[in-house]
Amino acid sequence: MSAQLTQYLLSGLTVGAIYALVALGFSMIYNASHVINFAQGEFVMIGGMATVWFIGMGLPLPLAALAAIGAATLVGLLLEKLAVEPARNAPVVTLIIITIGASILLRGIASVIWEKKIHALPAFSGEQPIVLGSATLTPQSLWVIGVAAAVVAALWWFFNRTLAGKAMLATSHNRLAAELAGIGVRRVLLVSFGLSAALGALAGILIAPITFTSWDVGVMLGLKGFAAAILGGLGSGPGAVAGGLALGMIESLGAGYVSSAYKDVIAFLIMLAVLMFRPSGLLGRRTAERV
Amino acid sequence: MDRTGGIAFGRSILAAAFCASAIAAQAAEPIKIGAFLSITGPAAFLGDPEQKTLEYYVEQLNSAGGLLGRKLELVAYDSAGDAEKARTYAKRLIEQDKVDVIVGGSTTGETMAVIPLAEQAGVPFISLAGAVVIIEPVKKWVFKTPHTDRMACEKIFVDLRARGLTKMGLISGTGGFDKSMRAECLKVAATHGVEIVADETYGAGDTDMTAQLAKIRNTPNVQAVLNAGFGQGPAIVTKNYRQLGIKLPLYQSHGVASKQYVKLAGEAAEGVRLPAAALLVADTLPDSDPQKKVVAGYKREYESRFKQDVSTFGGHAYDGLMLAVEAMRRAGSTDKARVREALESIRGYMGTAGVVNMSAQDHMGLDLSAFRMLEVRNGEWTLVK
Repeated sequence: MSAQLTQYLLSGLTVGAIYALVALGFSMIYNASHVINFAQGEFVMIGGMATVWFIGMGLPLPLAALAAIGAATLVGLLLEKLAVEPARNAPVVTLIIITIGASILLRGIASVIWEKKIHALPAFSGEQPIVLGSATLTPQSLWVIGVAAAVVAALWWFFNRTLAGKAMLATSHNRLAAELAGIGVRRVLLVSFGLSAALGALAGILIAPITFTSWDVGVMLGLKGFAAAILGGLGSGPGAVAGGLALGMIESLGAGYVSSAYKDVIAFLIMLAVLMFRPSGLLGRRTAERV
Repeated sequence: MDRTGGIAFGRSILAAAFCASAIAAQAAEPIKIGAFLSITGPAAFLGDPEQKTLEYYVEQLNSAGGLLGRKLELVAYDSAGDAEKARTYAKRLIEQDKVDVIVGGSTTGETMAVIPLAEQAGVPFISLAGAVVIIEPVKKWVFKTPHTDRMACEKIFVDLRARGLTKMGLISGTGGFDKSMRAECLKVAATHGVEIVADETYGAGDTDMTAQLAKIRNTPNVQAVLNAGFGQGPAIVTKNYRQLGIKLPLYQSHGVASKQYVKLAGEAAEGVRLPAAALLVADTLPDSDPQKKVVAGYKREYESRFKQDVSTFGGHAYDGLMLAVEAMRRAGSTDKARVREALESIRGYMGTAGVVNMSAQDHMGLDLSAFRMLEVRNGEWTLVK
């Protein structure tokens, strides 16, 4: 019985870490602009697909991964420059709709460039599973979990210890005041799109050996990552990780002990319940109304 | 849209050019083969090889002198996996293009949407889609060439029994193909003396199935596992299966009978068995195999012409076209009622899917011998003797 439980928890950890990495990208852009970027899943897709592509051109994995992150960052910057910035005075809802449009466009382009095939990436440190008691974990899962932890730490440092990070936080709190204090708020938005695209691509590369990658892999990953970000509290780095892990665990335990057919139902029900009692999510900031 | 428009347009130009010369030569109208296929969209992997196959073989037949002294003309539209579009195009094929026979319908959804039209207009319709509902109950004007998912289940159960096993765990996706196969397997398991002791599912974009597999592993008495699935899901299941170190035999469905599955799952696919059409192992079939000539021939032609791996889906289109041609040859005309009767009376016809024995009760005409049980050994499909 407990052997089974260990396996379910390890499965949940693997899936949860994947969701967490995607959720972090959502939080990033939300922090800077209060925009929910529905093209985040496509950044994840570009990361995985571009890496496969570059490897096919003969680059070694580390170089291909770097090039893919670079390519995704470029796409993120272009998206902000060409689509979001021209509409910067529009309401947030309009911006969100723009990102939905961008996600459809990116998927379409990807399906043309990379064909509608499923691609695999080799695991970074082999396929030999790690045995823990009677349960197993793939080495790639450790990569995902480790990088997710490192990214959270790096983001914490960035937002709390660097001027650029503090400027971004300030912009998210009060755009006008930040602008009056001399912060280039346009630059902030641009940087946040670039950063979260890079983050999404990193996630896409790390998870491709586990989940495979294809032109439409971003749809479901984006949705689950978004759910995780909401559950953890939008805009909070640790919250995104907590939300991702919680969602992964609930899914895996639900599939194991209740019914695999209803695991998504269970996960979303619990999510609704949490949001009912804590609208700002598990670790989200209370949005205090200032008078 | 544009592409099909282009195809149709190109075809009509060709047809026009051809007609001009034909009028001079023999004043005979071409025989029109209508097709609606998912050339683009989510089911493009079905429609694309189907369209290529139809175009290529219509060309071949024409350069060999055509049929009944007339040339063949293909009118193909792209229904993009959309049942609504399929209906519109089928209507156009019947009413505007006045085709003599329809070969098409890459997916079950598209096929089912068109069946009422074909039945009402009385046009022989050979579908290229899988589900058993297309020909069950029998519809007067509707035939199909691919194997059904029920046959895949039966083939697996027969193999399971041959290994002396009877209790099976089932894991399936939630897509249309997966669900239909799961239902068929559950339906026919008992008649083959097989008991399904576990029944788990996973979602379309799921990234890890170890929880479901751990649950199946812990089910008492489970002796083998069957994964009814399509796309990347089965490859993830296969990897997770090995990760958990499950030693029971693993069966996959014909839905992943392609080189891509072996490539994706890698070493984890070793020892996996699945039922598939002979086309997949065309080169390794013994020369004595009655299907060898047809499948090896089609494979050679397709791969040398299009420089891509042959797929069973293109094979279904080949069978559909050849059955239509055979029926018209036997009927000696393109009279729709007589072609339909001829189609229904085809027996012993060797196609890429197997021996076709049509009858008034069976509008597919394939039996279990059409499927071969394959096993992955050293990264290659090999025949299970």
